[in-house]
This record gives sequence, C-alpha cells and structure tokens, in this order.
Amino acid sequence: MKFGVVVFPGSNCDDDARHVIANVLGQTAEFLWHQSEDLCGADAVILPGGFAYGDYLRTGAIARFSPVMRAVERFARGGGIVLGICNGFQILLEAGLLPGAMLRNAGLRFRCLPVHIRVEQTDTPFTCAARRGQVLEAPIAHNEGNYYCDAETLAGLERDRQILFRYTTPDGREEAAANPNGSLANIAGICNRERNVAGLMPHPERASERELGSADGLVIFRSMAEWLARTAEPATAVSRAR
Amino acid sequence: MLDTEIKVTAEVAAEHGLTPEEYARVVKILGREPNITELGIFSLMWSEHCSYKSSRVHLRRLPTKAPQVVQGPGENAGVVDIGEGLCAAFKIESHNHPSYVEPFQGAATGVGGILRDVFTMGARPIAVLDELRFGPVTSAPGAAGASKEFTARNRRILDGVVTGIGFYGNCFGVPTVGGDVAFAPCYSGNPLVNALALGIARRDELFFARARGAGNPVLYVGAKTGRDGIHGASLLASAEFTEESQQKRPNVQVGDPFLEKLLLEACLEAMRTGAIVAIQDMGAAGLTSSSCEMASRGCVGIELDLDRVPQRETGMTPYEIMLSESQERMLIVAERGREHEVIEVFAKWGLDAVEVGRVTPDGMMRVVWQERTAAEIPAKALAEDAPVYQRPLAPPAAPRGGGKLIEFAPEGTDLTANFARLLAWPGIASKRWIFEQYDHMVRTNTLAWPGAADAAVLRMKGTHRGLALTVDGNGRWCWLAPREGAKAAVAEGARNVACAGARPWAATNCLNFGNPEKLEVMWEFSECVDGIAEACIALGIPITGGNVSFYNDTLGQSIYPTPVLGVLGLLEDASRAVGIAFREEGDAILLLDSAGEGARPAGADARREFSSSEYAFALYGVAGGAPPIVDLAAEKRLIEALLVLSGEKLLRSAHDISDGGLGVTLAECCFASRGLSARVSLSSFEPPEAAVFGERGARAVVSCSREALARLGGVARQWGIAALAIGEVGRDDFHVSVNGRAVIQAPCDRLRAAWADALPSIMGK
Repeated sequence: MKFGVVVFPGSNCDDDARHVIANVLGQTAEFLWHQSEDLCGADAVILPGGFAYGDYLRTGAIARFSPVMRAVERFARGGGIVLGICNGFQILLEAGLLPGAMLRNAGLRFRCLPVHIRVEQTDTPFTCAARRGQVLEAPIAHNEGNYYCDAETLAGLERDRQILFRYTTPDGREEAAANPNGSLANIAGICNRERNVAGLMPHPERASERELGSADGLVIFRSMAEWLARTAEPATAVSRAR
Repeated sequence: MLDTEIKVTAEVAAEHGLTPEEYARVVKILGREPNITELGIFSLMWSEHCSYKSSRVHLRRLPTKAPQVVQGPGENAGVVDIGEGLCAAFKIESHNHPSYVEPFQGAATGVGGILRDVFTMGARPIAVLDELRFGPVTSAPGAAGASKEFTARNRRILDGVVTGIGFYGNCFGVPTVGGDVAFAPCYSGNPLVNALALGIARRDELFFARARGAGNPVLYVGAKTGRDGIHGASLLASAEFTEESQQKRPNVQVGDPFLEKLLLEACLEAMRTGAIVAIQDMGAAGLTSSSCEMASRGCVGIELDLDRVPQRETGMTPYEIMLSESQERMLIVAERGREHEVIEVFAKWGLDAVEVGRVTPDGMMRVVWQERTAAEIPAKALAEDAPVYQRPLAPPAAPRGGGKLIEFAPEGTDLTANFARLLAWPGIASKRWIFEQYDHMVRTNTLAWPGAADAAVLRMKGTHRGLALTVDGNGRWCWLAPREGAKAAVAEGARNVACAGARPWAATNCLNFGNPEKLEVMWEFSECVDGIAEACIALGIPITGGNVSFYNDTLGQSIYPTPVLGVLGLLEDASRAVGIAFREEGDAILLLDSAGEGARPAGADARREFSSSEYAFALYGVAGGAPPIVDLAAEKRLIEALLVLSGEKLLRSAHDISDGGLGVTLAECCFASRGLSARVSLSSFEPPEAAVFGERGARAVVSCSREALARLGGVARQWGIAALAIGEVGRDDFHVSVNGRAVIQAPCDRLRAAWADALPSIMGK
C-alpha cells in the first residue's frame, strides 16, 4: 500500500509519520509537496502535525488554500482515505472536510503529555483493527486542540457515530480530569459522515514503538493498511467485514 | 544628516563602548580614522560578547583535544565523532540580558540562534535543553528578602521565558528534552537563559564557515534585514544593567520559528547540491561577523554590495545594515557558476537567496553602498586582532560563606514536615509545569523525556546507538568556592550521563559571570575555568566550545558565578539506557558511594558543608559554609562502575545524588514510578539531616532485582565502591530511618502531591 504524507512549509511530523509507515508498518510512504496537485497514486493520504505556514493566523487557515489541498479534497470526495494528525486535523476542519473548529486549549497553554483515548467506533478505515472500547496511550502536543462545534453538529456526530476517539482515564472512564484541553464531549478524534476522512489530536506516530513508551498508536496505521488491502480484494473484504 | 556623515571622534568611539586604547588600535590597523560604519563594525566585533577579550587568556586552559573531537572551539558549534560515520554537533549559548528586557522574545531568539549554529554545520537539530536561573518566585524562606513585587515580576519572567522557548522550539520542530532550573535572589534582575542545541550529521557531510575561492559569489539567504537588534551584542550583552535597561527593549530581536524551519530545510537541501563552499549564520553582530569571520578563517577577503541586501525597511544606512541583528538569516559562499542550484533550492522553500557580494583575494572586508566604499577593513585584523585583556583579579577580601551557618536539628527530630517543604521548593519541585509546554517528543527519538532519567536520552534511527545529554551548574556553590563549584558541575553532568547508561563523551560550557572589570568577578572566572579544566581532564571529557556571558550585573550587583556544563554521553546500545523510576516492588535499593565514609566531614566541617546545601537555602535561607570537596577519582570510579552495570543490564533504575541529597533522590525515583515507594534505613555517623539531605558527590541510588545483587556487589568491589543495601522498593508509605530511628514517614502520595502541585499553584496552573 502506498501512503502519501503531505509536506506543507512548517510541517514537522512528516518525517515521523513516514518513519512509522515505512519502517514499522512496512508499507510504502511518499512525501507530497504542498505546491503539487499530484498525489502520486497514493492509496491513502496523511496530513501530518506541525505548524503549516507558521500558523500565525488561525491554525490551518492558510494551509487549506494550498494546491495540494485541492487534490486532497477531490481524493476525499471520491472516497479516498485521509487522516489528519494534530495540525492535519486542524487543516481538515478549516478545509470543511470535517465539521467543527478548534479553540485554544483550556488554560491557554501548549501542552505536551501522554494521554489516553478510547476507541468509540471500529467500522472505519482508521479503527477497524482496534477493539471497541480499547484504550490507547498516545501523546498530545498542541496549543489548539479544544474541539468545538454547535449543539446540532454534536448531535449529528453522535447520531452518525462519527466520534472515533474520546479522552478517558487509563481504564476508559470519560472524566473531565482526563480531558487535556477542554474539548467538547472529550472529543479527541472524529470522522466525516462517509467515514473516509478522519482527524485526531493525539499523535499515533509517536506511539507506535515500545521504546518510545507506547505502541498503541500503531493500530491506527495498521487499520488503514488492512482496510486498503481488503478493498483492493473485494472478495475477502466482504468475508472479513466487521 | 545621514549617519554616514557623522564625524568619528574619541567621544563617539566611547559611546560605542571602545576604550581610548582600543580606538587607537583601530586607527593603527586602518592607518587612518575610521568612518562611522567602520567604527560600528569594530565596536561590534571587539565587544566582549563577540571577541572574548577578557576570557580568552583563561579559556586556553580548557582541554579541547581528544580522539573523538572533530571540531573544537572556534566554529559555529563543536563536533564529535559518535561512530557509524555520524557526528554530533552541539553548543550552548546565553541569551540573558534580552530575556530580562523582553522574556518571551529574548528566550525565543536564544533558542533560534543556537539552532542556527548547529544546522550551519550541516547537522539536523534533534534536541534542545535549557539551563534557566530566576529570582525567587515565592516568598518561602529561601527567597530571603524577596518582596511581593519582586516575586510577581520573577514569575512573569519565568512565564515569558518558558512560553518563548516553547513557541520557538515547538514550531521549529525540535524537541526540548531537558534542562535545569534554579532560583536565587541574585538572578532577580538578571535571569539566565542558556540554550543548548544538539544536531546530527554524517561525518563526510559537515560544513564549515571558511570562505575560499576568489570570485565565488556570496549569497544572502533568509529573512530581510531590519533595524531590530542593532547593538544587541555590543551594548545589551556587553554592559551592566541599569535602571534604564528597559529602554533597550527595541534592541531585542524578534523571532520567527516558521521562517527558521524553512531555512533549516532549505540549507540542508542546498548543502546536498555540493554547490556550497562555506556557510555561517548571522547571529550576534549579523552581517558583520558572518562575513568577516568567514573571510578571516579562509584567509581571503569579502566584498559586500549593501544595495543588494534584502531590506525590510527603507532608508537604512550602511551602519544599520551591517549592525542589524535581524534573525533567521544566513550567509553562504557558493561555487561560481553553480549559485543557481543554491538559489533554486531556496526558491522552492519560498526564501530569498540573493547574491550580495563575492570572495576577493585581498583579505579585505569591503562594504560598498550606493557605489561608494562605506567600509574597508582587513578581515583578519577585525576578526582576530581584537584586544586581549589579562584583567587584574583578586579573591574577595573576606572569604564567602563566613556568615550564618545552619544548626542541625537534634537527633530524633521528625524531618517529615521539612522534607515536604523541601519537595515543594521551586528549585526541587516537579518541573512538569515547564516541560509540558515544550514539545519534547517531536522527531520520535526521545527515549527518556524530562525527569524520566538523569539525562535526556535520544535514539539515532538507523543505528542501535543513543545519545544522552544534560545541563548542570550550581551558582551558589561557585559563589562560595568557585573552583570546587565548577568541578562539581562537571562531575554532576558526567555522573548524570553515566546514570542514564552513557559514557561521557564531550562537553560544552556557558560561563555566566558578572562584570569582568571587577577584581572578584575575574577571580571567580579564573577559578571556575581551572575547576572545569581539572575535572574535564580527570574525567576525560573534552570541551568542544561554548560561550561566555559577562556583565550579568544589575545596579552593581553581580549574579552568582554560574558556569553551566552541557555534557554529551554516548550509548553504543540505546536499549541499555537506564531511567530513574523504581520498577518492581521488592527490588533492592542500593546506595553506591564511591568516596566512602572517609569523605564525610565531621563536627564544624559538617555544619559548614551542610550550610551550602539546597536544604539549608530552601528552608532557612542560608547560603554559607563551603560546598563538598569534589573527589574526581571517586567520580571516575563511579562512572566506570555504572557503565559496567548498565552494560550488563543489571540496573532497574539509577539516579545520582545532587540537590536535596539522598532524600530527594529517593523521592524522585518513587514519583517517576507507577505508584511505588521506598523503605530505607541508613546507618550514619552524621547528624540525620546531613545523612538524608547532604549533597556530597560521587554517589548514586540504584535499584536491582534480588538475583542481580551478588553480581552488582562484585562490580562495585572491583571498582572500589561501597554498595550499601539501604532498603527496598515498596508501596504506600515512604519511610526513611537513620540509625534505627524513623526520620521521614509519610504516605508517598502526600509527598508526591507536595512536589507535583508546587509550581502549578505558584504559576496559577
């Protein structure tokens, strides 16, 4: 499988995402330059963390206008799999590929620490290899991860089971104390209604090797690879569907 | 009137910080009176900050040679070989005065500057550490005399500095993996912000700042030049602070980490084209130092056409352009005929790369502006013939620390309450509030993040190797006894790195001192250099570079002499890294004591030694006596033993004894663990307080499985080290007894809360 990792000026987790896909997952990873509309035949696209275009304005506000995002939007509308991590999530919100917006963290400070997130849905390309209710440990590192949307949108997210990850305690309890940034309903990650575009604030690529403290995040990349392998072979996809 | 027309007189020279003798030297070098631009250039290059004129004669005593040293002092950063064709480039630098005047931008641009020094060498930065000193942020006893107004201001400075460091490093994409923070009244008007950056390069892909090849083009890349930072090095960093110093705010530069990130990627990519001959960042003294130093090192000249320099503001004079310290700029010498390859890479990253001059054979730094020669100075004389001062020095008339000494609590006193207060003292308390604001994981190499091991530990992808890195210094000890204090800083750094499982490999230093024109300050400096040299030689650690920061005085009051050591360690197998956290209930806790019983002072000497401790300072406001004598041979034995033990994977944890003594060391091993505690009983001839909170070196606390005990004892004996089984890892209660009587007894969670909640509650979450 071929993963495209977008490089915006200011992306700084692009290398880390590529490392996990190529050296841990054993799949192909290729960088996609922000000024190109060519996705180089990628089967899935990752928007990595960082500070695209410096993020001196609102996070992701400039990145959404870059040429590569036109291609990513087309790819997503055609059912292509797109994952935004941290800054990538913020960009997907700005681009309108995911609903809602980011506020500054409650407490108004950058926070970098390991958190726990509970897998809420497993019928998506990003979570199909995980168990429902499984708690993953992965770090966050952001200034603006306080997810917000209006009541109607939240109701829609709940109804259509678009909330993929929630901040919880290590044993999976949804408590305010487990929420590192004040996000609405402890939301750590969501997908679109079509379930092919997702974003999350924690960094799974920083939690994909035991020596770094946690390998829990790898399940997200593994899910994507398995999903792609399944859809590439329609016959087995049906028999293995969950 | 344009400032090019200002007539240079002795008074104008004095306003630029040049003494009459220095001005005479300028006239002699030029064979004529300088014009105002030339005067500005000289004043910058001959400032204390750039020329090291007061420190040079002393710095020669530092050991800088060793087989692993690829590049010693004199380049943008020191470089050491770390095996498998790789090199580590690293350096520490101060940004003290800017961080007082404008904490956020001062600290941010301090980080930016040191990062450029590292990637200029062709090395990708993989870690930053920060050594920080502030005035008291609470009115606890250790902050004796600190008024509310002072502590509030110090908190604002701490907040601004931490936010600034995070702002720059987080956006740039380098993990801030460690550091050291301490508090004392002398830093109230003069905080210290020392930033260390570490980068990795292939040995055959290093770059140097030596211009060559007459006719080769000189390219200017990065941000445009503005009026910011003019006189940053000469006036802000090379003079004492007065009440007017706040007016120097416009002299502090403004940082743009996003631009620096682009500059990093563009520089590394442009270096791979093979079209770059030499490269240097424009840090302190901007275009002036980068051009004349590159020319001087390569024994050539450089001619600059200032009309081609990208400018952010209109109407800038040659004086302003040459003296600007605008950030995120680089100067590159490219190979003639291939400059377009470099320019194309920079264009790809959206950056200006403009040909602003050329290399000349005549050794002159020539500056042309509006088709007139605005400055013409022999580059070598400018860069290397700065005056060198053997400044007079003298020890203080009365030895320090002769004042108040601490009274030991009577035998049998319960020390639990004191221990809880010590744990909540900002110098000892958890620094999570600080390091959570730094991205310490980006680039996914961080094996031990802040507080998890005695040193930050980073892996090197594609190899099994790892690097350990720490920064250490104890200003109070150096004030009491400069030579011993400096030795202790080296010893602690080396011990920290060894506890983490790495062999001490090289060091960089940042020497923060007061006004060198004061006899005592110069004496402190000389003593500290001797202490560092002695310790580095004894422990086999070369110094590969660093930075001197003088004039850390406010209203005539000097800071503690604060030499800071950044020690780099090498792990051949990163999987052998050791953390500080206790791991298993029932594991044995051992005290490795290399100097042994004989090193313990008795009677009045014990009181004197204990009066220099963090405990005495934090709880009683006492900064007296004399620090423990450093036994370098014992330190060396301890380091070797630790390396054998971690190499054989016998250690479950290792943590050296430093600030707060054995008690704090044990507590930190518990707090870093998943809910474990310690039960320890000591036998000692010392008063209980000294046994638990004394800070004598050459000691570490380790834990191991019961099965490993015998082998561990054997290794210790082989290295002549006492390995005392003092207790075991438990749960719930933290318990320490001395000679059979309990001195500390409390639920570990309660102690942890005191330690963890202190900074957040002081800083308001």
